[in-house]
Amino acid sequence: MTDKTAASSATLGRADLKADKPTWCPGCGDFSVLATYQKLLGEFGWPQETIATLSGIGCSSRFPYFVNTHSVHFIHGRILPFATGLSLSRPDLHPVVFIGDGDAYSIGGNHFDHCARKNLRLTVVVMDNEVYGLTKKQTSPTSPLGFKSKTDPWGSKMTPINPTKKLISSGASFVARSIASNPKHLAEMMRAAMAHDGFSVVECLSECVMFNAGSFDSAVPRKGGEFKLVPDAHDVGDEEAAYALAREKFPGYFGIYYQVQRPTLNESEASLRPESPIRGADGSREQLGATLKNFT
Amino acid sequence: MKTEPEKLETINDAVIRMAGNSQDGIQSVGAMLARLAGRSEMEVMTYMTIPATISGGPSIFQVHMGTGRVLSAGDAADILVAFYQHSYEAHLETLRDGGILIYDSNDVEPDMELLRERRITAAPVPMTSLTIEILGGTGKQKGKNIFLLGTLSRIFRLDMKKVKRLLEEKFGSKDESVLRNSLLALEGGYAYELGDLLKLFSFTPPEPGEASHDMVTMNGNQALAYGAIAAGIRFGAAYPITPWTEVMEILRTELPRYGGSFIQTEDELAGIAAALGAAYGGVAAMTGSSGPGLALKSEAISYAVMAELPLLVVDVQRGGPSTGLPTNVEQSDLNLALHAGHGDAPRVVIAASTVEDCFHLVIEAVRIAREYSVPVIFLSDQALGTRLEAYPLPDLEELAGPGFEKPGPAATHKAYPLDEQTRHLPPGTRIEDGRYPCVTGLEHDEYGHPSANPKNHAAMTRKRAEKLERLARSLPIPEIHGPDSGETLLVGWGSTKGILHEAVSRAAREGQTYSALHVNYINPLPNGLGAIFKNFRRVLVVEMNAPDPNGCGQLAALLRARYCLDRIRGITKTDGLAFRVREVLAMVEAFHETHACPISQ
Repeated sequence: MTDKTAASSATLGRADLKADKPTWCPGCGDFSVLATYQKLLGEFGWPQETIATLSGIGCSSRFPYFVNTHSVHFIHGRILPFATGLSLSRPDLHPVVFIGDGDAYSIGGNHFDHCARKNLRLTVVVMDNEVYGLTKKQTSPTSPLGFKSKTDPWGSKMTPINPTKKLISSGASFVARSIASNPKHLAEMMRAAMAHDGFSVVECLSECVMFNAGSFDSAVPRKGGEFKLVPDAHDVGDEEAAYALAREKFPGYFGIYYQVQRPTLNESEASLRPESPIRGADGSREQLGATLKNFT
Repeated sequence: MKTEPEKLETINDAVIRMAGNSQDGIQSVGAMLARLAGRSEMEVMTYMTIPATISGGPSIFQVHMGTGRVLSAGDAADILVAFYQHSYEAHLETLRDGGILIYDSNDVEPDMELLRERRITAAPVPMTSLTIEILGGTGKQKGKNIFLLGTLSRIFRLDMKKVKRLLEEKFGSKDESVLRNSLLALEGGYAYELGDLLKLFSFTPPEPGEASHDMVTMNGNQALAYGAIAAGIRFGAAYPITPWTEVMEILRTELPRYGGSFIQTEDELAGIAAALGAAYGGVAAMTGSSGPGLALKSEAISYAVMAELPLLVVDVQRGGPSTGLPTNVEQSDLNLALHAGHGDAPRVVIAASTVEDCFHLVIEAVRIAREYSVPVIFLSDQALGTRLEAYPLPDLEELAGPGFEKPGPAATHKAYPLDEQTRHLPPGTRIEDGRYPCVTGLEHDEYGHPSANPKNHAAMTRKRAEKLERLARSLPIPEIHGPDSGETLLVGWGSTKGILHEAVSRAAREGQTYSALHVNYINPLPNGLGAIFKNFRRVLVVEMNAPDPNGCGQLAALLRARYCLDRIRGITKTDGLAFRVREVLAMVEAFHETHACPISQ
């Protein structure tokens, strides 16, 4: 990502980026994502006014209220197309989307495939807690088989979505997996995603301590689990190898699964425009006048 | 036996109805006639039907050209062109007594007895065989539409130089033989001996007016697309659906020339969401659809109201409900436009009534959206979207200008101030006091942070409604066509304007005095309508939608609720076809007969 004005801006600190006090439950994994984002914004040095923090609906999507940037809390499932419009029409901005597993893989699932096809300049962090927490425990598209919830009192009978597999097959040009309980690793993944020129997604396991406590323990060493990194030998450009990683049983691998460079829709749309885009009123008038003449 | 020509009939206003199948190219002949009429300073209006099927099926194109104000696409045709026996049989009754029937004598056998009875002049033209002969039999039946154009050019004394120039413009970029063949077919059609017909019928093209001005000839969808560009729209996103699709096809091609983009999205929901994303970015943005798609967009419309984002949402209406009648006309989406969405979600609803309106009124719609930070739903319909009209070349000095200017820094910013109009401040704007706004669909405080405070919700709800009241005060009061008081006022909206005005004129010729009023701004309604209605004993709202238990269509029901006047009644129909003037007059007459006592107040 490039930004010509970055140098002119003073480095943003935590205090600059603090807004409302987070309303998440104590111990929620989402705190770690928020702190990581704020830290990275300082690192990237983007002018504060050029950052747009965007979200959908759910616990994780309360995110924008807790970051002091231009921010949007949109409707359930549709923040990806919203971000599409913003990314295409305002190439000077830095949009980052934070959503949960409901937005990403259920109500808004279709949009992931189409954002990926477009390869927009856009970073998405999915805070996946495998449960609907804001509405107090209903089954999520990533809830494991047998998961008991208020909408599945006998245990879920639906095969959960495998996020990384879905993201790779959708054609996202950057797919990484991380966990909120390992902020160092998360920062590494989000940093790489935010630096990627194209559609980048970080699938981040973020534990819901209230309605899905202990769900990710098998990936947390201090709770007796194993935090298994993507092997060094993995070729991030190899789609088949990425699928092989994604097929691994939970808790699976953490790291960058897939990363390729493809032309972005931002670039290809810009290439349709004349070399000097007609932005001014005079130029527009001249162009439209000439076009309307064809109808006389 | 031949009917003796009665006398030379000189007319300067004629309706030509061409009937064939959808692949015969009658649309393109109709469009060229309309364009030629526009170039000859003639007023022109067209009406067409195309079947929803991909290819084939009966199709008509009707052109009304002449002098003065051509108001409707015409009722009875003066000239009927029938390509096939089924075209002849289906449309003969739309030809006026004493009119002219031009038919392809290779395919049509008219009932001569019937034609004599109705004093119709028959002009047999072997269009198919002559075209094949002229073009060397290679083009199958292609080119017979151009042959017909030649024949009509002769009858209507069109300037052949202009006709040829039009063909050159149309085919010049293609293979050389295409243009050559079309010119041959044209000349063949022009040279064909029409016998007594030309003695019988003389069309006098109007003299170019003194205040001669350039006219553009386009359909409502084209006018809407170019109007949106003139309004400064620089981003759009939508999903294809008939009859809206043509608008997005034009914008997809045109907007990059203006530094903008129009993208086809994966679905209707993504279309409006992407447009809102650009609107949030401060770029004048739009989405659009036809009925079913507008229904899908409704959640995001409520968001746009709550978040106070400016957005243009177009609905080119078709017959409903559900998939309904995709290629027919209906005005049954008004309620949807007014109410699509959940919660108390006041939005602006504007309806275009002419092709010219589609250009100029959409500029106004975008201005309102941006000034009031509100979604504006702009209604067109299938008839308006697809019919060609000629209107004066717009004066681009009034162009609203480019839809985006990077804002300078602001000292401080409240996203939703309670004591003043919301002005959306897009990202990229530096805010000096370091407090950045949230744009949100949650009920919020003035900075856009969540608030469920009861007083705050009441105040914010009021704030969102008040801006429409402010807008209403600035809206023009519609002009009354005809006397400003009397027995009967016909009220309409959308594409029926010309028809209602012509109904008033025709009624006047028949000794009946009606007035007509057309509403463009439907939400909010302009102030002063109630006072106008009180000057008439009957206010009959003419609409192409279904009546409620009171006999009221969708606008009539709205007006009754708003003004509490029992004199407001409905005249409705639901056959999927545009109103004809005589049909409106018959329905008004029937209403008068069944409601003999003038409604008292």
